[in-house]
Amino acid sequence: MRVVVTGLGVAAPTGLGTEAYWSATLAGRRAIGRVTRFDPSSYPATLAGEIKEFRAEEHLPSRLLPQTDRMTRIALVSADQAFADAGIDPGELADYDAGVITASHSGGFEFGQNELRALWSKGSRYVSAYQSFAWFYAVNSGQISIRNGLRGPSSVLVSDQAGGLDAVAQARRQIRKGTRVIISGAVDASICPWGWVAQLTSGRLSEETDPARAYLPFDDDAGGHVPGEGGALLVVEDDEHARTRGARVYGEIAGYAATIDPRPDSGRPPSLRRAIELAIADAALDAGDVDVVFADAAAVPELDRSEAEAITDVFGSRGVPVTAPKTTTGRLYSGAAPIDLAAAFLSIRDGVIPPTVGTTLSDRYDIDLVASTPRRAAVRNALVLARGQGGFNSAMVVRAPQVID
Amino acid sequence: MISTVPTDEFTLAALTLILLEGAGAEEGVDLNGDIADTPFADLGYESLALLETSSRIERKYGISLDDEALVAAETPRALIELVNRQLSEASARDKV
Amino acid sequence: MSADAQRQVVITGIGVTAPGGQGTKDFWDLLVNGRTATRRISFFDPSPFRSQVAAEIDFDVELSGLTPQEARRMDRAAQFAVVTTREALADSGLEFDSVDPARIGVTIGSAVGATMGLDQEYRTVSDGGRLELVDHHYAVPHLYSYLVPSSFATEVAWAVGAEGPTSVVSTGCTSGLDSLGYAADVIRDGGADIMIAGATDAPISPITMACFDAIKATTPRNDDPEHASRPFDASRNGFVLGEGAAVFVLETLAGARRRGATIYAEIAGYASRSNAFHMTGLRPDGREMAEAIRVALAGARLDPTAIDYVNAHGSGTKQNDRHETAAFKRSLGEYAYRVPISSIKSMVGHSLGAIGSIEVAASVLAMANDVVPPTANLHHPDPECDLDYVPLHAREWRTDTVLSVGSGFGGFQSALVLAAPDRVSR
Repeated sequence: MRVVVTGLGVAAPTGLGTEAYWSATLAGRRAIGRVTRFDPSSYPATLAGEIKEFRAEEHLPSRLLPQTDRMTRIALVSADQAFADAGIDPGELADYDAGVITASHSGGFEFGQNELRALWSKGSRYVSAYQSFAWFYAVNSGQISIRNGLRGPSSVLVSDQAGGLDAVAQARRQIRKGTRVIISGAVDASICPWGWVAQLTSGRLSEETDPARAYLPFDDDAGGHVPGEGGALLVVEDDEHARTRGARVYGEIAGYAATIDPRPDSGRPPSLRRAIELAIADAALDAGDVDVVFADAAAVPELDRSEAEAITDVFGSRGVPVTAPKTTTGRLYSGAAPIDLAAAFLSIRDGVIPPTVGTTLSDRYDIDLVASTPRRAAVRNALVLARGQGGFNSAMVVRAPQVID
Repeated sequence: MISTVPTDEFTLAALTLILLEGAGAEEGVDLNGDIADTPFADLGYESLALLETSSRIERKYGISLDDEALVAAETPRALIELVNRQLSEASARDKV
Repeated sequence: MSADAQRQVVITGIGVTAPGGQGTKDFWDLLVNGRTATRRISFFDPSPFRSQVAAEIDFDVELSGLTPQEARRMDRAAQFAVVTTREALADSGLEFDSVDPARIGVTIGSAVGATMGLDQEYRTVSDGGRLELVDHHYAVPHLYSYLVPSSFATEVAWAVGAEGPTSVVSTGCTSGLDSLGYAADVIRDGGADIMIAGATDAPISPITMACFDAIKATTPRNDDPEHASRPFDASRNGFVLGEGAAVFVLETLAGARRRGATIYAEIAGYASRSNAFHMTGLRPDGREMAEAIRVALAGARLDPTAIDYVNAHGSGTKQNDRHETAAFKRSLGEYAYRVPISSIKSMVGHSLGAIGSIEVAASVLAMANDVVPPTANLHHPDPECDLDYVPLHAREWRTDTVLSVGSGFGGFQSALVLAAPDRVSR
């Protein structure tokens, strides 16, 4: 059974809404700057990809605002956009025919921060009644399900920054088991002092202060990443259901696999390559069929090397165009891979591969990086990679829509 | 012993403000209208919203509201009366 | 070997870390004797809180088998997960060296991740809540692994040498069931041959007590901690927070038979549905949980009357126990009155995301022993909860099939069906 994507809802620092994001991405416009949501002066990392123009009260009822973290608000709006884009009124779907499967990274961390502060500075009576769910990892699935009346199978996966693909893969699984529609993806937003301090301990944040030099995957000057906020929700649908209702189809979720790297001291090799090979096999394709790779692009030299090697091992020397449009937004944690999926579908639609901005490809990596400017190309099959701290590797192949005569 | 007058009597305006802060307002409901006898449920506030509201009232006015009395207070008027009863009991205790 | 045996997923190893003892044996002893492990909170001074009781584990890190480095870098919930995994592995008798690591995956359920570690570390970096701009100089080096609970899955994968699909499932209080349902799906779809699957949570921390205080979800029965968790009783007034973990070795029936493993149970059916109603509230009719039960039974190809025992969510809140009773009647019909139903939360408390897996462990042990654990503290049933909740005393009862259900914040309703492969014809 084919599982297709019929709706996209994107929220990125570079643009709210799919087309705003996509035109900024193709133009290579970067939205990385000094943190404005708090004063970052006292921290070694000071840059982020912030969503500037999001005003929740313009999109959501005021009843929802006191009980939601920023990431939930963005997710709710993105879900609305994805359904609208798909031409689906969720209220019209039969009971249990639709569900929601999201990934999370750190939950509603800013909400949690504020309640921890209330607890320790004022006392337990100052903790909000909404703290029992507003910060937890399941909150976006729960709130999206309630807002849209989705009673079908729902879930939440956490696999650091790889979880976005795992969620969409689980959506595909549920569609194959008989659910018609699953809204899936992830949104993260933890740009708050407490989230910042926790992220600093990853050792992977860039301490560069020049936005143009701060996130340079596959560059000799790669020195960590810039955190961002946002993500995407995708309407994943049973192909037959989509066709019956005459939906526009962006493409197909064709293949997926996930692995985890062995313990660092085990002496065993990393397992990204295996995830890529399994995902391509799952899509019933050969490596040569893949037209573009959306890289994880850690911008940590050792991780860039292992990713470039895995790509070269599978596709050969400069065997496939590789790109990392997330260089414009910073890394959006679990939201990054769903946005890359959206970008992959838009690449298929428009026949263009978006650029990796800022990077001068290091001689050490034998990959065909699409740098600086977009590249025209017929894209039928795209591979999206996502990795997470702790060794998570996920790979997903998306395919152009079938031409129906 | 200094005698304290209950200066902060709890009013509908004060309740409305706390409701807005703690739970927002349902679309189509005018909290500035004549809502004193409209059940909270009809105003769009379920038990969670009322728990947040009561906890804000308790913190602001330094009182403690009984669980069951709270559940029984189904309208703004009933809640306001409950709070004011607690406030006058608290001030009576202060005078002793 | 039938094609089915390649797709049937069975449990071949169990590990439990639960209040009231160490390991699976102590856990079962507690349950069959109807003892409770709820007590006044000892981890911190509970006196500022409305609810001051919990089911705590006397967990001795020194004796846990964790290396000093493991113990140092892991939050308590991760420690539970790893220690419990090691028990499950030993129990399974699996020789991991003989299995391709890429064919072994991990799913760990957790509702609230490293809450305990985050609460403690926030207090430090904020200097007791004084600093809004928290001070990174005071952050522990492994704080990032508290930030993202998938670190639990990584620790388990590293502990067993797994390199297959690995993730944390975090669906609130159904995480422990959903983690197993997810893992079974991964095996059925050919994504792995063996899954290490279970759940862990260690939420007994001031921030958790405060947030449940705020919604009056936890019991204020502080004068009688041992009898504070009263599922289905008329006097129930909230749940008792707990902590713990349960982890299982899952594999195909074919694989388990090939290596001559002890097969505890098949995960025969599973489903999850959402109520799309409220983040914390439940509709009284229980229809979404009933639907999850219906689909799980259909997946198991079992009629409601084939279920020998129902392991309830039974949290002991007013609304849950009525909701659940309605769901049982709706899905099982008249048979709901005849099947024994019990809630082990009466004894080990409610460990949020972990409890679903701990309850599956109790269910599997009920099958292994043909004994149904009781609902402790059930002296005066709520008239609206009028089913057979096995009050106070365990019951000898032939148990070849079990339905275990869960319900959680966010609206998640899940049901899992276990069956003894050699004793049940389907």
